[in-house]
Order: sequence, then C-alpha cells, then structure tokens
Amino acid sequence: MKKKLLDLVSRFYFIIIMFFLYAPILVMIVLSFNNSRSRVVWGGFTLQWYKTLFSNRQIREAFFFTIGLALLSAVIALLIGTAAAFGIHAMRRRGYAIMMGVTNIPLLNADIVTGIALMLWFIRFLPLGSGSVLIAHVTFNIPYVILALLPKIEQMNMAIYEASRDLGATAVRGFFTMILPQLTGGLLSGFFMAVTMSMDDFMITYFTRGAGVNTLSTMIYGEIRKGIKPEMYALSTVIFAAVFLILICVNFWPSNRKAEKRREGII
Amino acid sequence: MKKRILAAAAMLLCLPLGACEGKNQPARELTVFNLCEYMDPKAIEMFTLETGITIKYEEALTAEDMYTKYKAGGIDYDLLCTCDYMVRRLIAEGEVQPVDFSSFEYGKNIGQRYWDYATAYDPGNKYSLPYFWGTVGILYDTTKVHGPIDSWDVLFNGEYSGEIIMQNSMMDTYIVALKYLGYSLNTTDEAEIRAAQDLLVAQKPDVSAYLVDEARDEVVAGNATMAVVYSGEAYLGREYNPNLDYVIPKEGTELWIDSWLVTKNCKDPDAAKQFLDFLCREDVAQMNFEYIYYSTPNEAVLNGLSDEERADEALAPDPDSCQNSEICLQSDAATTELLNELWKELRGN
Amino acid sequence: MDRNRKQRQLLALPYVLWSIAFTVIPLLVIIRYAVTDKDGHFSVSNLLAFSTPVNAKAFLISLEIALICTVICVLLAYPLVMVVRRLRISRMTFMLFFLIMPMWMNFILRMLALQMILSNNGILNMIVTGLGFQPLALANTKAAVIIGVVYDYLPFMMLPIFNTISDIGEDVLEAASDLGASPLSVFFRVILPMSLPGLKSGITIVFVPSMTSFVIADILGGGKIQLIGNIIEQEFTRSTNWNLGSGLSAALMLFMLVGMSFTIKDDILPSHPVKDEEGEKKEAPGGEGISRRAVL
Repeated sequence: MKKKLLDLVSRFYFIIIMFFLYAPILVMIVLSFNNSRSRVVWGGFTLQWYKTLFSNRQIREAFFFTIGLALLSAVIALLIGTAAAFGIHAMRRRGYAIMMGVTNIPLLNADIVTGIALMLWFIRFLPLGSGSVLIAHVTFNIPYVILALLPKIEQMNMAIYEASRDLGATAVRGFFTMILPQLTGGLLSGFFMAVTMSMDDFMITYFTRGAGVNTLSTMIYGEIRKGIKPEMYALSTVIFAAVFLILICVNFWPSNRKAEKRREGII
Repeated sequence: MKKRILAAAAMLLCLPLGACEGKNQPARELTVFNLCEYMDPKAIEMFTLETGITIKYEEALTAEDMYTKYKAGGIDYDLLCTCDYMVRRLIAEGEVQPVDFSSFEYGKNIGQRYWDYATAYDPGNKYSLPYFWGTVGILYDTTKVHGPIDSWDVLFNGEYSGEIIMQNSMMDTYIVALKYLGYSLNTTDEAEIRAAQDLLVAQKPDVSAYLVDEARDEVVAGNATMAVVYSGEAYLGREYNPNLDYVIPKEGTELWIDSWLVTKNCKDPDAAKQFLDFLCREDVAQMNFEYIYYSTPNEAVLNGLSDEERADEALAPDPDSCQNSEICLQSDAATTELLNELWKELRGN
Repeated sequence: MDRNRKQRQLLALPYVLWSIAFTVIPLLVIIRYAVTDKDGHFSVSNLLAFSTPVNAKAFLISLEIALICTVICVLLAYPLVMVVRRLRISRMTFMLFFLIMPMWMNFILRMLALQMILSNNGILNMIVTGLGFQPLALANTKAAVIIGVVYDYLPFMMLPIFNTISDIGEDVLEAASDLGASPLSVFFRVILPMSLPGLKSGITIVFVPSMTSFVIADILGGGKIQLIGNIIEQEFTRSTNWNLGSGLSAALMLFMLVGMSFTIKDDILPSHPVKDEEGEKKEAPGGEGISRRAVL
C-alpha cells in the first residue's frame, strides 16, 4: 500500500519535471511549423521551413561543423580529463587544491573574459581558424569531464583492480576490465556535459574563430535581432526527433531486452 | 551522416593548414567583417561568380565586438562594415585607408543627402561608403494608445506605466532622455547628462523591460504597448502586426548610418573597391535591401519603391522628419566613461 | 604503494600542460590587465573597484541568485534521482537520456521559448487564466530569472549526484530497512553521505557558472537585474575598459577560489585518507565513516 503510494507520488513528480524540461522544446517544435517569420505570430501550419532547411548551404555547413566540433572536443576532453581525474585523485592536499582551483577557472570566468584572453594568447602563435576554436572548446570542456568523474573515482573500488594486478593482469588490462566498467556513468555524463557546453557556446567561439567559421550557435545569436529564422526551429526539431528515435530504438532493441533480463536474473 | 561528421572533423583539423597553403596560389581573396545578418548570402556568391574573387565572411553582433576582434590583429580583415561613431574612431586611429569613391561605376547611386550626413564622422567622405541607415523611434500599438504619439513625452509622463520597453544599450537609452530634454545627444556637459540620468532613474519603475533584440517581438506579441526601437525593426514589426506604427518623435532622435571601410592593411585594395562598387549596383543593393529592410541610401533602389513604401517613416524617412536629429559620435573618453558609470547605476538601481 | 601513487599522479600531466598553456597563461594576460591602469602603470584600483556600491550590489545580487538557484536545483535533483533509481537498470539510462535531451537544443532557442511561456500574454498565462485564475506577473522579474537558471542547470546537478548513488545495490537499501531503518534515515544515513562527492561537483557546475552568466537575466529578467557578469561584459565591450573588466573578473575569481578552498577542506579531502591505506592517516569525519560502514 505504502509502496504503491510512493510509486504514484514519484511518477507524478517525474512527469512534472519532464513537463518543465520539455515545455520549451514543445514550443520550439510548434514554431518549426509556423507559417510566419515571427516567433510571436501564428501564421498557420506549414512544412516550408523543412524544405528550405535542407536547401540552405550555410546551415548545413554550420550544422556539420558544430556536430564535428562538439564530438571531437568532447572526445579529446574525455581523454585528457579522465587521465587527469585519476592523477588529481592521487594527489595530496596541496596539489589537489591547486588542480581543482585551475579546473574551476574556466567555469568561473565570464565567457567573454575567457574568449578575449584566449584570443589574445592564440594570435601570438596560432592562426585563428577552426583549430583555435577546437582548442578553446577542449579547454572549457575538460573541467566538466573532471567534475563528472572525480566523485565516481572517489568511491570506486580499487581493491579489485589491485587484485587483478596481483593475479598477473597488466595495468592496461586491469584498467579496462576492472576500472573502466565502474566509471561508465561518470564518463557518459562527462561526455554529454562537454557536448552540451560545446554546442551552446557563443562568446568563446566568437572571439577565437577565424573568418568563415560558423557554428549553429553563432548563427542563431546573429539572427536574434532580425528574428530567429524558422529554419533553426526546424533543424532543432529534426535533431530532437533523430536523437529521440535512436533512443527508442536502443531501448527496445531485442538483444538489449534479453541482456537486461539476464542481468536482472543474476541480480 | 557519420561520414559527413567525420569529414567535418577532418576539415576542422586541416583548415588552418589549408589556409596557409592557399596563400601561395594567385587566387584573389577578400576577408570581409560585417554586422550580423547584414548582407544577403546570395550577394556574396554572386560576387565570387562574377569576379572570381572569393570572400571569407565573418559577422559580429555589435560594432564594439567587431572593434575588439579587429584590433586584436589575429585576422587580416580587408573590409569592415560598422556604425558611425566606430567609423570615426577607426579613422582617428589610422586603421583605414582612403578610397576614391568618384571612380566607382555605381557610386552615384548613393544619394548626396547621405554623403552629407556621413560628413559628421567622415569629413570629406574620404573613407566610408554609406550602406544602410535609419533612425531610433517609438514603435507602438495603435489599438492600445489613448492619443497621438509624436513625442518622447509618452515614455516619461507615466501614462503608459508598465507598458514601455526601453533599449538595453547605453547610448540608445541616453539619447532618448537627452533629446527629450532638448539637449544634443553628443553633449559633453555633465549637468545635462546628469539631468538625463535623473529622468531615466525616475522613469525606471514605469519601464516593463530593457531589451535589445526582443523589444520588437514584445510589442508585436502585445506584451507591451510601446518600445524604443531602430527603424528597421519597426518595419519588420509592422509586417507581423499591422496595428503597429512607428514614429520619429518631434524632439528629434539619433540618426545612424552603417558604412563600409577598407582597412589600412588591406592586401588587395582593388578587389576591395570592386566589392564595394558591386554593393552599390542596383540589383545587388535591391537584393540586400529586401534582405535587411533598413533604409537604403541607394537612390536607384529608392526610385523603385512604391509610393506607399516611400512615405513610410520606418523605411524611408524624409529630410524633414530628420531635421532635429543628429548622428551619435561618442566624442570624448571622459563623457563615455561618465555615461558608462551612470548606465551601470541606472541598471543596478 | 607510494611509487604507485606517484605514477598515478603522472596521469594528470597532459592536463597540467594543457591547462598551463590554455588556462593559466591566458589568465596571466587577464591579470596583467587587472593590475595596470589604462597607461600601463601598476595599480590595484581595478581590483578595488569591486567594492564600489554599483559593483558590490551587482555582485551580491549575482550571489543571491546563484545561491537560490543552486539550492532549488539540489532540492529538485535529489527526489528526481531517487525516482530514476527505482527504475529497472536499462530504463534508468533511458530516463536519464530523456532528462538530458532538452539540453541539446540550443540554449538561446530554449530561453526564447521559455520567455514565450512566461511572458504576460504567454502560454502559461493563457493556461492560468483559462482555468479561471488571475494571470501571473512572472515576466521580467527575478523569479523568471531563477526559473530560467534552474531550467538550464538542473540536469547538470542531477547527473553527478545520480552517478555517485546509482551503484548502491537495492539489497543494501533493503537490508537497511529490514534492520528497521525508516526510509528517511536510509536516505540521510546511506544515500546522502554516499552522494556527497557528486553533490559537490553538481554545486560547482551549477553555482560557479551561474555567477557570471547574464544572458538569462537579460532575456527573462527584462534587463532589470544587473549581474556582475553584465558589468564585466560591459567593461570589455561597450566601454572597452579592459583593465577594469579584468580587475573585476580577477577579484571575483579570487573571492570564489578562496570561498571554494574552504569547501575543499571540509568535504573532499577527508574522503582521501580512507583510500590512502599506506599514507599518513588523517581523521575521517563521522559522516564518511558511517556511509562506508553502511555500505560494507
């Protein structure tokens, strides 16, 4: 009885939060079908923005650049950040405090400060282009990876790793079989946070990019004054639908279900 | 899809190298730095098709952002499009080179009236080519106002308390107060500026919001009765909501002009001039006008407008309605600093 | 063992080099601006400008909003994490994805959509008046800013917390309740202590950036709320006073780092000695001990 009530309350709470998180997304989806260039006027239903979206070269280029940049910067940040999290974890008090302080700096600085500082530094040795944007994105992504991983490492069970080493496993093998599986959640969160941050950034990208380099974010910021082009809403809807479909497929894939049953059987 | 992403990633790594290789080739190239959404992308493609000169194109949100990035010197820009007081500043700092506009094939398309306006920040019209211009005024909902709107007074008399949107940018707020008080918007008199400050502080409770980009939409959506906006925004607003109207208040206002400049380090001044001339050409100017819908100084385009459009104060303000108006020059550093401090105080109030 | 630890510390080397090259040196650029005046002479006036009434007020409002939002995020995130935890394992990842997915839509688009929901004639008020209530005056208020910040950062609070407690087996919790622990005491004595490292990460990720972000305040707060981020941005762009902007930035950084070093002492380091079996044993505080005992 009590359990049922708890179930009900928690389901209700979950739905409320979901609604809160998805309401603006719903608005965006509706706007992508709006037959008016203004976001505040409803001009009837249309699919024309989807048509113009796919014929717009600038948006297409910016889209692929944005995705490429987000994934690449997140992967690099993941590699450097994961190693760093282990290293920082092994440090003593002072090293730990210093490294965490440094890690906090990109979070702490206003974007414009980070952007201008990086620009002033880059122009001494690096042409501003897409490479400089990549370095900048990796720089502000690493802290998110570290912050996502450290708590996980702190509560990790190192004993089984040591045991595997005692039983003759190499450090690398021990790491991949004993440690990595324990970190999956942290790695995933770090990666997703990094991707999100990279896709949303405007200021730092603006100051560190070269001429001709555009991300979706810089395009959207530029469009605010004239009114966001409805194609952007259409693109967002397409991205959303794609991720959504992938998610559903992965979740309801037959082999997955079996694996899950097996796992539950063991537990 | 995956391949595309990989290609983009590869592009990302190779671009800086590619850029270096490109320098050895004779291909002509211009690096153009423009304000956001200030040129039809088709115009750029057209220029490259016609001349074989490729354009590397970058946009900035504001004239100040552009200045910061230009001054840092990381990128060799050839052409800049920026606003009046920034043109003045760049000329004063020796960052731009003179251009002989009389040699342009289509230069005569730009009306004399606009060359005259431009002398305020570019005496002798030696450096800058007027591109688009406009005013700052009040966009209001005709169904919600109780009387004629023709003065800045409606923003300050409390009649529309809670229904007003002001600009969230320093100069665009102070010019309103200064003009309402009958002062020059380029005043350096501290007493006049402080009087404007008192007025704005007293007005703050009546202001619904200080917005930049969203001001127009708030009036279109009916969340506010009136907003201080740029004339181009007003034109767009009326496209979406026919009940809106735009007025240049009788006390006068700011008259702004955005112009093109050739930088002092421009690698290929001939190509740069070719590009500017191209922008003055009737069909290109028409294309950009239809893309931007700000007031154009191009008389070839103006002559093609309908009578209705030409009578539109938001689109083509006639010389009479601009009589009391001035171009903002942001003259001296001390005044700018004072305004800056006061603006912070006003916002933090 | 100690050699092992030294080796492990070396793993941070790439990051140390990277952060020196792209975080510390650019920071020095900023600090150089911060401690000089416009003519290039040494001066601390830019740092001290932090305490002028206008700047101090903006700082306090930023602090207040960041604090309120962090607390709300924590309060919303814990029940959410507990709800997701109750699901089957595969459903769990699925639901987590669902909670993060909105973040992948562009930030500005989300904020403009949120503004359309909260505005006077907005979607929320259409629903509220439709139900026969008085319309809410949320637009252009501090409350709207707080809603916006919470909206943007909630998933960032949730993820690290979830990670730290996703591994607690149901059996452990069942054992605890079989032994007579009430659900509340299971939460406070097992789950909360286990999640502390995640909570700390979450607080850092939410609190620290929300101090300097101002775009949300400008869009949802109608520009009526001036945060320290607004002022720094203004000094850098509109007034191009980089010295003052850098000075304020450096002072803010100093303040936050000093503030955070206290929290590091309090709750991060004590968990270390538990794992430094060979190292000098520092005292582990009660909370940590309990959680470990509870898990074991």
